[in-house]
Amino acid sequence: MNCPLYIRSVPTQGELKFHYTVHTSLDVVEEKISGVGKALADQRELYLGLLYPTEDYKVYGYVTNSKVKFVIVVDSSNTSLRDNEIRSMFRKLHNSFTDVMCNPFYNPGDPIQSKAFDSIVSTMMVQAC
Amino acid sequence: MAAVQAGLPVRLESIAGELPLPVFVGITNELEMRYPNQPLTNESQSHILGSVAGSAPRPPADRPVLRHPDTSMDKLEAWSPPQSPGISPPRSPSAYRSYPYGAQRNGTDTLLVHDAKVPGRPSVPQENSSPSHYSVKLQPEQPVITRVASVERLVERLEVDYSDDPWRITEEQREYYTNQFRSLQPDLSALIMGTVAKNFFTKSKLPIPELSHIWELSDVDKDGALTFPEFCTAFHLIVARKNGYPLPETLPATLRPGFVEAGVVTAPPSEATLPLIVFDENMMPGANQLKMGSVDLQGTSRPGVTAKQEARDESRKPEFSPKRIPEPHEKTIQHVSTLKPDSPQELDANMKSRTRPRSYSSTSIDDAMKKVEEPPTPPPRPQKTHSRASSLDLNKLFQQSGQGSRPSQHSLSAKSGWLPPPPALPPRPPATQIFSFLPGSEKSSQKAVQQPNFADFSKFREEESSLRGLSTEDLTPPKSESTVVHQGHAPQKPVRRKLHPESQSATPPSATPYSAATLTKSTQRPPPKQKREIQMAIRKNRETNAVLTRLNSELQQQLKVVHRERVTLESQLELPRPVTST
Repeated sequence: MNCPLYIRSVPTQGELKFHYTVHTSLDVVEEKISGVGKALADQRELYLGLLYPTEDYKVYGYVTNSKVKFVIVVDSSNTSLRDNEIRSMFRKLHNSFTDVMCNPFYNPGDPIQSKAFDSIVSTMMVQAC
Repeated sequence: MAAVQAGLPVRLESIAGELPLPVFVGITNELEMRYPNQPLTNESQSHILGSVAGSAPRPPADRPVLRHPDTSMDKLEAWSPPQSPGISPPRSPSAYRSYPYGAQRNGTDTLLVHDAKVPGRPSVPQENSSPSHYSVKLQPEQPVITRVASVERLVERLEVDYSDDPWRITEEQREYYTNQFRSLQPDLSALIMGTVAKNFFTKSKLPIPELSHIWELSDVDKDGALTFPEFCTAFHLIVARKNGYPLPETLPATLRPGFVEAGVVTAPPSEATLPLIVFDENMMPGANQLKMGSVDLQGTSRPGVTAKQEARDESRKPEFSPKRIPEPHEKTIQHVSTLKPDSPQELDANMKSRTRPRSYSSTSIDDAMKKVEEPPTPPPRPQKTHSRASSLDLNKLFQQSGQGSRPSQHSLSAKSGWLPPPPALPPRPPATQIFSFLPGSEKSSQKAVQQPNFADFSKFREEESSLRGLSTEDLTPPKSESTVVHQGHAPQKPVRRKLHPESQSATPPSATPYSAATLTKSTQRPPPKQKREIQMAIRKNRETNAVLTRLNSELQQQLKVVHRERVTLESQLELPRPVTST
């Protein structure tokens, strides 16, 4: 149920830590979306913002209307990333994800293997770093 | 082969540079030799093309491999585009095209001359035709050669676009795609929904991730549906992939929807070569006919075909091509019709197979078709006495076809929902053989008509094994499904069968040459009985196919519903979770 459809990290050495971080952040995401009484149709509500800052990194969350969650973990030392940049990143992710969904050969729930999606994510990550 | 291929490219390129000659330029010097007198540069170029084409077929003669022909074909095809603009009538293009058609007519799948299966000898003699008929001549000669060579070449050509670019859609391919699109969505300007397209492309038996990637490449507007250009792009990518080309990471320029559309529009006009244009025109009617699945077409096409063949020596190109086109269509139809009594009934799957012009579709399509056909209930292969087929290993045929051997494709038609393989497949010799059989069996007038065409190939026929004859039979039979077609050739079995013989024949182009007489004899003797049996078998297979297709579509629907439910349930599960956790 909560298996990641797609996970990617730039410094691949510490990947496992990020896997763990993302998984634990899911609780926070669910907590946030459960508390919302109104329909999550608003972009702002889709963007959950900073989930919780830790000593090393910041976690941002975003949930789509179909309850697909996007989680971005950025290094805390990367202070150049502003909120609107994160928002735009999520927007791009959402667009790419929609494109993947549009592919009739893609079954929801499968890991995303789209090369276009990969390329967009890579570009984004390169820009952020 | 490699050398030849390498040589071909060289030639082609050189030729292309000079003039927009027919694609066949690539074949090497043989053409040049043949048309040494061509005063016109165009002609000479076409000569070169023809010779090149001729030579190309020859070298690969010993290799039934499709791959080689592919490369040569590719080269040839590359030439065709430049040539079509009007240079000396693109013999080769038309020739190629005609070949496939012609082959179809004659039941031979051999595509083009390129397949040098048969030594270029036939081409040589034919090339002596007057320069004006250069193109025409080439065609006639080439057809002979190609026939002998193998349909594969043509198929390969079809698969590969001109301009040395496998990512460019040829006219035949475009016709084919158009027909396929129509089968899914009658309105060419409308969209094909994602699920519909998915079902259709899944039949190609490509792995889902690859199909997914192809979709990503072709659905440029990301709307989850395919417009006609997008559909052509996707289909073409599938065809290329089935022929072994790796999928590109990004969409090649020649496949962009804008290009594809433009190509469609410009292709006809650019086809200066009459034959090409004629083809298109003819194709359409043929395609329509195919859709109708009327047997009548077959009958009519046959006469047309024969006429074409005869006229070949003249500047019949224009006539030729038209005839050819209908011919292939008809053949396809025949196959299809034989498999499925009422082509119109079958839905997308069937439509596809029916509308698929045999000649046009590239081998890849055939392969895809083959593969698609295989999944559907494989009709009992050698049901009838398949004098020729018996020797063939149908399974092998399928595999071969799957591997991209075009030859057997033509017969596949109809069986599976996938389009029947383009007619031009089996190596020429088989086609010739079949023809030879036809004359021998004297089936129907149609056959007789075809005979003249076959006459040219007679020499090849001898060499070819009986298998080929079978394949040719397949080609011819489709034409006259109800008629004698089946007579002489036992292999009237389900379309699949035809494929097998063809594929098999393709594989062993130099297979033990059965004496045509022998084959004819065997085939002729029980023609009526076999025909009937075959027809019955075909009908049965068609029905089975129809049933399976329906079943498949229903299951797909159910699968979708289940998917949706699953997603819904999952999301629902997530909702209550926060409550419990908190």
